Order: sequence, then C-alpha cells, then structure tokens
Amino acid sequence: MTTPQPGTAVSMRGGNVSLGGRPVLRGIDVEVGHGAFLALMGANGSGKSTLVRALVGLNALTAGEVRLFGTPLASYDAWERIGFVPQRATATSGVPASVWEVVAAGRLTRRRLLRPLSRTDRAAIDEALEVVGLADRRRDAVSNLSGGQQQRVLIARALAGQPELFFLDEPTAGVDLPNQQVLADTLALLKERGATIVLVAHELGPLAPLVDRAVVLRDGRVAYDGPALRDHEVHQPWFAETHTHHHHHEPHHTAPGTAPVQVDHVPHVASPIDRNGGAR
Amino acid sequence: MSPAELFAQPFMQRALIAALLTGLAAPAIGTFLVQRRLALMGDGIGHVAVTGVALGLATGASPLWMAVLVAVVGAVLIEVIRERGQTNGDVALALLFYGGLAGGIFISGLSGASGAALNRYLFGSLTTISPQDVLVTMVLAIAVVGLCVGLAPQLFAVAQDQEFARVAGLRVRFYNVLVAVLAAVSVTVAMRTVGLLLVSALMVVPVATSQQLTRSFRTTLAAAMGLGVLASVGGLVVATLASYRATVAPGPTIVLLALGCYVIAWPIGGWLRHRARLREPFAEGQPDLHERTGEHPHDHGPGCGHLAVPHDDHVDYVHDGHRHAAHGAHYDEH
Repeated sequence: MTTPQPGTAVSMRGGNVSLGGRPVLRGIDVEVGHGAFLALMGANGSGKSTLVRALVGLNALTAGEVRLFGTPLASYDAWERIGFVPQRATATSGVPASVWEVVAAGRLTRRRLLRPLSRTDRAAIDEALEVVGLADRRRDAVSNLSGGQQQRVLIARALAGQPELFFLDEPTAGVDLPNQQVLADTLALLKERGATIVLVAHELGPLAPLVDRAVVLRDGRVAYDGPALRDHEVHQPWFAETHTHHHHHEPHHTAPGTAPVQVDHVPHVASPIDRNGGAR
Repeated sequence: MSPAELFAQPFMQRALIAALLTGLAAPAIGTFLVQRRLALMGDGIGHVAVTGVALGLATGASPLWMAVLVAVVGAVLIEVIRERGQTNGDVALALLFYGGLAGGIFISGLSGASGAALNRYLFGSLTTISPQDVLVTMVLAIAVVGLCVGLAPQLFAVAQDQEFARVAGLRVRFYNVLVAVLAAVSVTVAMRTVGLLLVSALMVVPVATSQQLTRSFRTTLAAAMGLGVLASVGGLVVATLASYRATVAPGPTIVLLALGCYVIAWPIGGWLRHRARLREPFAEGQPDLHERTGEHPHDHGPGCGHLAVPHDDHVDYVHDGHRHAAHGAHYDEH
C-alpha cells in the first residue's frame, strides 16, 4: 500500500458519457479529496448512477478523463484500493451461493491465481461479515436473505478487499429502515477509519448525518456542488437557499480543492406555474 | 460371458475410464454455465460440434480433434454474439445451433460416410472407444476439471456479478471466453459417452439435482461432480448388465439415470425449502398492542408440538395461525 498522497482520491475533468449514442453526462468536473464522504444526488435519470459507473470504468467516457489516486483510469491497476458496491441485482444467479462465498469474492483483488485463501484473507472476510452484522448468516444462501440483507452482503464483499475508496450505487434503494440503519452504522465506521466514500442516493435517510458534501446532478450536468443537503432540498431548484434567495452561489459553497460550482450555467427547469421558481 | 469377465475386457475398462472422467468434467463446467443462466449453451456447442465430426469423417482427419476445433470456434462465436448483440442474441445463437447440425449432416452426406459412423458421435458409443481416444479424453477431461476447480474463485466472481468483477480488476472477457472454450472441450470429451445430442444433459441435470439440496456454490459444484460420476459410471454398468437381455445404449441410460436422481431430489428440495421458510425468524419489532391470548390449555416448550420461530430476543410458537409469545404467566399474540 502506498502512502496516502495529499491530492485527490478520484477526479473527473470535462467528463462526457454517452449511452447508446445518447449524451447522458456533459462537462462533469468533480474532484473528491481523501477522506471525503460525497453523496451524488438527483432525480431518476439525472445521470448519477452513470457518473459513478464512469468513475470506476464501467461506462466509457466520450470526452474528458477520470483519474483514480492521480492515475488515469486507462492505466490504473491498483484495484485493491477500490471497493465497488453495485446496485443490487434483482435476480440472483442460477446456482445457490452462500453469504460467505459472495463476500469472499471481494478478496479476489488481493489474491493471486491458483492460491488457496490465506489466514489474512479469512480474517478479512470474517471481519467484513462482522461489520455488516451477518456473521451468523454466513452459511445461508444469499437468495434466502431479504433485500436489505442482500445489500449488506454486497457491502461486506467490497469491505473484504480492505479498500480505501468506496463507490456505492444506490445502497439504500428498496432497503427497509432497520437495514438502512445498519448500513449507516457501517459507513460511519468506514468514515471513521479514514475511507473515502462516494455514494449515489436518491434519498439519504439515516445516511444524512454522515455526508459532508453533496453533488446534485440535473439532466446530466452538475447543478450543485457544496455542503450536504437535506433530502427535500435536492429537488428544489434553489437548493438550500430558501431564506436568502441568493441569485448567485458564492464561492464559499465550494469545498476546498473541488471543482467550481456550475449552478449558474444550468438552464432553469422549473415549470411556469412553479411558484417559488419565479423568484430566481 | 459372465459380468466379471465382461468388465475385465480392455474395451470395457476404457469405457469405464471415459465414463468416469466425463462424469467429472461435464458437471464441473456445467455448474458455471447454469450459474450464468446459459444452461443450453452446452446443447448449442454440441450441435456445432456435429459439423466438426462430419468434417473429420469426410477428410479422414481425427473426428475428435476436428470436433474440438469446430466446437471451440463455435463457443467463442457464441460468446462474442452474446457480448455484442443485446437485441437478438438468442436468435443468433439458434442460427448457429441449427447451422451446425444441418452442416454436419450435409457434409457427411456429401462425403458418403455411413450414417452409423456419425450416429456413434450423435448418441455416444462408449464401447467402441480406441486407446488413443481414451488418452485424449483423459488429458482434456483432467484439464477441464483442473481449470474449473483451480480457477473457481475467479470464475464464480465473474459469473455472479460481471460488473463487480471488472471493478475488482479481473479480466472478465478472458474468463468468459475460457468458460466457453472449456464448455466446448467438455462437450467433445462427453460426445463418445452420451453423444452430442445428449451432452448437455450431463452438464446440466446433475447441477439441477444438487442445487435442490445445497445452499452454497462449492457444495453444489462438488455434489454435481459426484452425481455426474454416479450417473455416467452407473449408467454404463446398468446398460452393460441389461445388454444380456436387450439392446441398451449406454448414453441414454446415463441421461435417464441422471434424470432419475433429479426426480428423487426435487420433492426433497421442495420440502427442505418449505421447512426453511417456516423456520425463518420473524421480522424484528414488537406489536404495538399488548394482546393476551385466551385461556391456554398447555404450556409451550420444546416438544409441545408447535413450531418455535425466533423473533427478536425470544421465540414465538406458531399456534393455529397465531404466534404465541410467553409473557410472565400468560401468552401474548405477536
């Protein structure tokens, strides 16, 4: 493991992404510093999942570049530093898999070919299961767990690789409140340990107190980049500015070392009868 | 000739070795195919391999090696079509399947090869395997089993969640093609045992049987390989013993035996899943109301005949559609 450099954990500069020829993300500039807890927010179809998938290389950029720990994505190979938690697949695979086996797959970033699991590997898998509170379900088939528990299995899988930078795609979607709380406790522990977390969320719920920066996407562009927002503020065109009605966001909303706020360049999207929208 | 003398014959011993290795290799790769919901891929490769066998018979080259070659090309082609074309993937696969079968029969007709020669590959012909064929079968089968077991963690991760595997730095395309190639090789390994038209059964049926009773991938893989050996060696023995009275082909016997195992395992699996669902702990949280049960004729406890299900920090006894939880001297409705 290399020494943590002062720079950024992950950054995208001028990122454009097209899916099937349709431009989905345009001109995205995002930088995430070490130890940050960033929530990518926005309505359905705003491109937040596309963005997180582009950051880990699952969606190709049509312009711009992504850097992980300062290295361009194309030449990046230290995948053991990255933990990815995809959106929970609705369908389980055709053959049963136990909780332990799925979590053990997260260890592959650090295992060499054709070698059995080492004692360190087993300890990391056990610890990941403990952290998400599923140690007693390790022998159960994943398909027998509830949706929230399955989500916790996917997080444990990312944890098992002991990464420093986590990407979570909608970890709270379709998860009941007790499971969301376990999720929040897990992420709080990771934050405490100094991990960098980039999280896609439609609604934060119990995760809200952990978030120290929010990026809101609207129609494939960054509409807000600044301190954490509460859930309802995300969907208001003026974000957290209800009382002051600033016409321009001042630079102090930009966290140190982050991209400039782009809110001023976003087309106004409120409908004509949107009462408060007229205030801008 | 007594059964003991029959099994001592060299051709019988070769058949037993081939059956044993086929029974190990086909379910090993079949588990990964079933996991990726490509259960019929083996069938498709089998059809494509018919062209290879016919080419081998027509040109005088070894039908086994020609089948390996054509099946590998076909499997890689299927994998490429699957990866590229999202829209009409299964139609494209069907074109390849039927093209392979029709091509094989067409070529064998052109070359004037006897139908019996092609039939040996279509439906299997364990007892006519030459010593060289056994050697090739052994090498290929051991390679398939070794790679399937040795690379099981990687193959499992790729089949379980491709996107996670990519972010974990695994070369997903390489492993996808490897599975396709291994499937093609095990098809050709199994073609002399059960035949190209039934080969997929030995790849899929033992897996379907074992997953009725298992909860983890590794036990499914191991049990499927065990069942595969049981079916293929057992089928050969049954067919040989029955051949005193009637003409019994080993290939179909093996497949029917494998299916018989499934028929036995299915209701047991259904009963196990039903039982597991009943004993699943109830969701956390207490009812808001404190509702006492009426007069209760007996004390709940181990052996009272009512199912005890965990609920938070206590157990609920399932009682005529109610859930009774002990509370002091009485029972609450939970």
